[in-house]
Amino acid sequence: MLRPSHFTAVVLFALCASVVFGITMRETPRRMVRYGAYCFVLFVGAAIVLSWVMFLIAR
Amino acid sequence: MATPQIRTSASPRDPSKPGFVYLPLIAGWLVPGAGHFLLGKWGRGVLLAVSIIGMFALGIGMNGKVYANAHEILDLLGLVGDLGNGLLYFGSRALSLGADQVQVTTGDYGTRFIVVAGLLNVIAAVDAHNIRTGRKPA
Repeated sequence: MLRPSHFTAVVLFALCASVVFGITMRETPRRMVRYGAYCFVLFVGAAIVLSWVMFLIAR
Repeated sequence: MATPQIRTSASPRDPSKPGFVYLPLIAGWLVPGAGHFLLGKWGRGVLLAVSIIGMFALGIGMNGKVYANAHEILDLLGLVGDLGNGLLYFGSRALSLGADQVQVTTGDYGTRFIVVAGLLNVIAAVDAHNIRTGRKPA
């Protein structure tokens, strides 16, 4: 059974979702890549920021 | 003076392209990426298939729950999401893959991976349908 860490799971999730979002939400290959990268950064960045917020709240 | 062209939703009965117009939608739902393959979008189809099937496989590998029935509203939402996986869902049910109950944290991650893979597959299938009808440029 796979047992990825929380961060690894976030990265895998963001990677797969970003590829699909990039291909389906934009029309040209260049814009697909840019939008996919944008989504990936937002997914991972939001997870990191929210993790720190929850960490500080829990202290 | 040139008038601006506004692209409206294309008719699903586009006479310029013969064949069943909903075939890419149905094929894309049943097999991730198949809708794009039918339209000759091989690169996009491969990327979609790898992403969606990979996400589903990761969810199964993490021992995620595959919803079989819906006793509560949240179970119903999970079941609808899982059904978006098409043949992957029915195959996993037939082979009894996944867990019946989530018992570890990674199993919870896996359950979400499976549901989201189904939702992404629906988005990909609708994208193939939009390309087929001309609503989205090929």
